[in-house]
Amino acid sequence: MHELSIVASVVDSVTESLEAYPGAKVLEVRLRVGALASVVVDSLEFCWGIATEDTPLQGSKLVVKTIPVVMHCAQCDADVELESLQSFRCPRCDEPCSDLRQGRELEIDSIEIDDETGSEQAGVEQTGVKA
Amino acid sequence: MTRIVELRQGILKKNDELARGLRGRYGAAGVLVLNLVSSPGTGKTAFLERTLRDLKARGERVAALVGDLETDNDARRLAASGAPVRQINTHGICHLDAEMIDRHLTGWEGVELAGLDYLFIENVGNLVCPSSYDLGEGIRVALLSVTEGEDKPLKYPTLFNSADAAVITKMDIAEPCDFDHELALRNINEIRPGIRIFETSAKTGAGMEEWLAYLEEERGKKRS
Repeated sequence: MHELSIVASVVDSVTESLEAYPGAKVLEVRLRVGALASVVVDSLEFCWGIATEDTPLQGSKLVVKTIPVVMHCAQCDADVELESLQSFRCPRCDEPCSDLRQGRELEIDSIEIDDETGSEQAGVEQTGVKA
Repeated sequence: MTRIVELRQGILKKNDELARGLRGRYGAAGVLVLNLVSSPGTGKTAFLERTLRDLKARGERVAALVGDLETDNDARRLAASGAPVRQINTHGICHLDAEMIDRHLTGWEGVELAGLDYLFIENVGNLVCPSSYDLGEGIRVALLSVTEGEDKPLKYPTLFNSADAAVITKMDIAEPCDFDHELALRNINEIRPGIRIFETSAKTGAGMEEWLAYLEEERGKKRS
């Protein structure tokens, strides 16, 4: 049950990124969570209200996108998506796969903010470090 | 006005940055660092006691950091091997993180990374949360005892899939537990194909020779 620490890290990072947008209200926080990230999405949502209370994120919505596990199958020479976490085998040829390409993500993708005091220029902005 | 700000950053960015720093320090010091992860009661401490003792007998320089919610019982047990051991009490937190490791390496009296061949980190007994936290380790070891059921890897795939080696403990009582050895190996391989698996008993020393040879081999890779 480390979801509360995970959510607390999200709140810290988002609060930090809001320094560039003084007075902005956070409407939505979008996460990307891999199926192998050892994180329970329901628990994240459960902790969200408590962790965001009295922060600039209070009242915001948490949106979690689950990222499926993708392995590289040497036999097929292709990236293949796993259907379950019970068997790390290529769904096409049944060969065991150990070359993980996707599925451990634990990232803040983006936030949606209401920036009344900001510039008039609408649209998508990029800050922070590229994954 | 509503706008979308792309952040694209790791949630555990701070931990990952610290872990990267630690990994650099371990590499520069030439020490092989292992992170031992299992459920409570698998026998991590007994296995580590034996490993420390056997490595010391071979003249290797070893030390251990051991994580628990409370008490320093494990540190006291491990210190009987003669190796320097430091307890980390997490006070309720279910895993070790890079900051705790960094803090406990600092000011550890008589211990310098450069003066070690191996550093073992015994994580808090938990098969879920430790898998998210990189400690900068060279090798992550997942342990499983014969009393736990052969399907443990299937139940906790996220942890077993992130491991570099698997150790089966308490092999001395495999028979009375009706431990299905073939099934356990198959399940581990289903979740982490090709992983090195060691079947050991801290009590009788079974499998230790192979485990120590693996450690030596891996440490050799770090140095070259």
